[in-house]
Amino acid sequence: MLDAIAFYTLAALILAFAIAVITARNPVHSVVFLVINFLAVAIVYIVLGAEFLAMIQVLVYAGGIVVLYLFVVMLVNLKRGPEAHQDPRRQTGAGVGLAVAVLAELTAILAYTGRNPLPAVVPAASARGPGGNTEQLGWLLYTTYLIPFEVASMLLLVAMIGAIVLARKVD
Amino acid sequence: MTDLFVVPLLQIVVVLNAVLVAVTYMVLLERKIIAWVQSRLGPMRVGPHGILQPIADALKLLLKEDITPIRADRWIFTLAPIISLVPALIAFAVIPFGGEATLFGHRVPLYIANVNVGLLYIVSITSIGVYGIILAGYSSNSKYPLLASLRASAQLISYEVAVTLMLVSVIVTTRTLSLVGIVEGQMRQHIWYVFIQPVAAVVLFIGGLAETNRTPFDLAEAEQELTGGFHTEYSGMRFAMFFLAEYANMIVVSAVMTTLFFGGWLSPFPNVAAAHFLWYIPGWIWFLLKTFVLLYVFIWIRATLPRYRYDQLMRLGWKVLIPVALVNLVVSAIVRVFL
Amino acid sequence: MALFDTDELVLNMGPQHPSTHGVLRVVLRLDGERVVGSDVVIGYLHRGIEKLCEHRDYLQIVLLTDRMDYVSAATSNLGYCETVEKLMQIEVPPRARYIRTILAELQRIASHNLWLGTHAMDIGAMTVFLYNFRERELVLDLFEDYCGARLTYNAVRIGGLPLDIPAGWDQKVRAYCDLFESKIPEYEELLTHNRIWKERTQKIGVISAEDAIALGLSGPLLRGSGVPRDVRKDEPYAAYADFDFDVPIGTLGDTYDRYLVRVEEFRQSLRIIRQAIDGLPEGPILGKVPRLIKPPAGETYHAIESPKGEIGFFIASDGKSITPYRFRVRPPSFCNLQALPRLIKGHLVADVVALIGSIDIVVGEVDR
Repeated sequence: MLDAIAFYTLAALILAFAIAVITARNPVHSVVFLVINFLAVAIVYIVLGAEFLAMIQVLVYAGGIVVLYLFVVMLVNLKRGPEAHQDPRRQTGAGVGLAVAVLAELTAILAYTGRNPLPAVVPAASARGPGGNTEQLGWLLYTTYLIPFEVASMLLLVAMIGAIVLARKVD
Repeated sequence: MTDLFVVPLLQIVVVLNAVLVAVTYMVLLERKIIAWVQSRLGPMRVGPHGILQPIADALKLLLKEDITPIRADRWIFTLAPIISLVPALIAFAVIPFGGEATLFGHRVPLYIANVNVGLLYIVSITSIGVYGIILAGYSSNSKYPLLASLRASAQLISYEVAVTLMLVSVIVTTRTLSLVGIVEGQMRQHIWYVFIQPVAAVVLFIGGLAETNRTPFDLAEAEQELTGGFHTEYSGMRFAMFFLAEYANMIVVSAVMTTLFFGGWLSPFPNVAAAHFLWYIPGWIWFLLKTFVLLYVFIWIRATLPRYRYDQLMRLGWKVLIPVALVNLVVSAIVRVFL
Repeated sequence: MALFDTDELVLNMGPQHPSTHGVLRVVLRLDGERVVGSDVVIGYLHRGIEKLCEHRDYLQIVLLTDRMDYVSAATSNLGYCETVEKLMQIEVPPRARYIRTILAELQRIASHNLWLGTHAMDIGAMTVFLYNFRERELVLDLFEDYCGARLTYNAVRIGGLPLDIPAGWDQKVRAYCDLFESKIPEYEELLTHNRIWKERTQKIGVISAEDAIALGLSGPLLRGSGVPRDVRKDEPYAAYADFDFDVPIGTLGDTYDRYLVRVEEFRQSLRIIRQAIDGLPEGPILGKVPRLIKPPAGETYHAIESPKGEIGFFIASDGKSITPYRFRVRPPSFCNLQALPRLIKGHLVADVVALIGSIDIVVGEVDR
């Protein structure tokens, strides 16, 4: 009961802030709402008993990535907002297509899980060993999901190198 | 009921107030110590040897006019100091000041929470603090704060990488993320972790200096360059909140260092029978003593060293500390697996 | 990075800024933190001293020279009085010349103390600042003993000195020299071999010997670039010809070299003071000076070595009035400040404050 109240309150908050993110006129306000949003998501994780995930959510998203967003938002001249809407390279068609694809995918997943319900989520309490679920998460990542994990890190590495190559000054 | 709500609530009240008082007295302590280093007397007027100076300072800051620049982003301008201070204060939630004590028949732990991700909690909470500085710089709508906040955010993100990497190698040694567990581990293994992870201790301390914006990394508030940095436009209590946040962060860093490397609340040589008389001094006193020594080092460094330049700071972070942290991590992992 | 338009940020440093050493205003154009251009705006402390001097008689002008470089007033006094003496061909008795030399060198130490303190403070070394002020205080005490003033001394008269040294003053000076010599290593310990200090000052604001000469720099700036030019050595005035001292020079011409040169000048000044105290001759302190100072028609220029560089006075007299017809100062701070835009170009904001400090300006002298 208490969990349900907490969850729905948080969910409402998350949605409200998500809407605020996209409707805020000032991009810096947008970023601030995004941070609050992430923090609320972290609390949801805590309610679910996934403290490790919650802390990583705060550390990586709220504390790291969004700081970089803020950095960019502050550095780029935002007084010329309207021009962006006249960008000739703007591909509305492709955008709509992608949005439809994502929507279809989500619907498919929902329909699938509706028919074949997942095994009930492992009760949070059982995952709380002495080391919490951090240890189990580590085990899983480095055993069962080793290959996806490594592929993801390779992807990030490639992205990083790509960014460095792009940013390097051409002498 | 008492144990579930009243005790934690009391703990929170006590810790918060103790921290705030400690912070104000840190300021006095810093002024005094630096004064002695510089062959001065420091504050002497308010109370004997200036002992009441923090109260006078706090009163002064409370009574000062609270100015919001006309073209500032009001909303964020108000929010920024709060964002700065709150993470610094709630980080104390997981810091173990001592083991357990008996108080009026209740067994009361001398920490607010013993969460099993304690270390991660501290890292992630303090990483929120950087928003205070960035948003202060942005919302002031002034050039010096803007420059300072750019410096600060780049600095904090860079040093956070090194610090977090180092913490990972410490975790490899401690095998737990719980701060209470780490102290108990040092009891069990009969050694302070500073002797197992000396490189980590040094790098973490340097990273701590950088993350709390202290000399020689106090670029974000370099008075001589940026006329005060990100809080140039702040006055009164809002300015005081930035101040409190900085000193609270210093205490957090020192307390975490104490817990991780210097045996937390344990008395020296807890396993040596000859040193058992040291047990008569309660654990929290040992903890505060060790923390104080580290804080003294912070102040001592401030009195001694000049300031780094922005690019040199970044070079030190990325080209020295992060590689060192990586190597240390790999070595720790190898030692852990094979020995 | 043509992808984004990167506007230059114009940053107004000063006239109210903790590191511009008074009311200097530097308008910086920044790309990120890098300085791409700068304008130095002066004049916030302009009091028209040169014009005022043309309406004061020659004795009153000494007071005005106090107010130019107010941290080394005695040097300005000396430069002015020697110029008038040169114009009127007044012989100064040796005792006066020796005491003048002692005063000038004490003043140099005090001025360098102030410079080192503020320079180190700009780079963040707070303690050096207070150590330097501690020792500067002792010099001010010596001046107070001598003439009663601590900042604007009015310590030199045309033709000699207003006062002989008080009894025991020479002993005090000697004691001061011994004390101060033991304090110099304290500064050096905190700075000279400090890695952060070296990184902040080495190869910052390099200026070659040719450029330094072309820009008309003088004093420690010029010597830091390796040019052994020192008016005390090249065109001796007061009693400098009688003393033995070295002119320290740098090699690279960066901020660190200028720092080393000035620290070595502490030692050389002490050497000169000791020799002057030891060889202090007896005799009168005032030469043969007419009751009314009215130089013959003519003009003259005379320069001496102030702590900041070459301070020169040009005085033209029409031979009829008791005021100069034209009075002009060559202030070292002003001439050296010209190098600032050149020095800071391409450096970071943090270096700008280090370089303003490195030039050692006093705005009172820049603006006059």
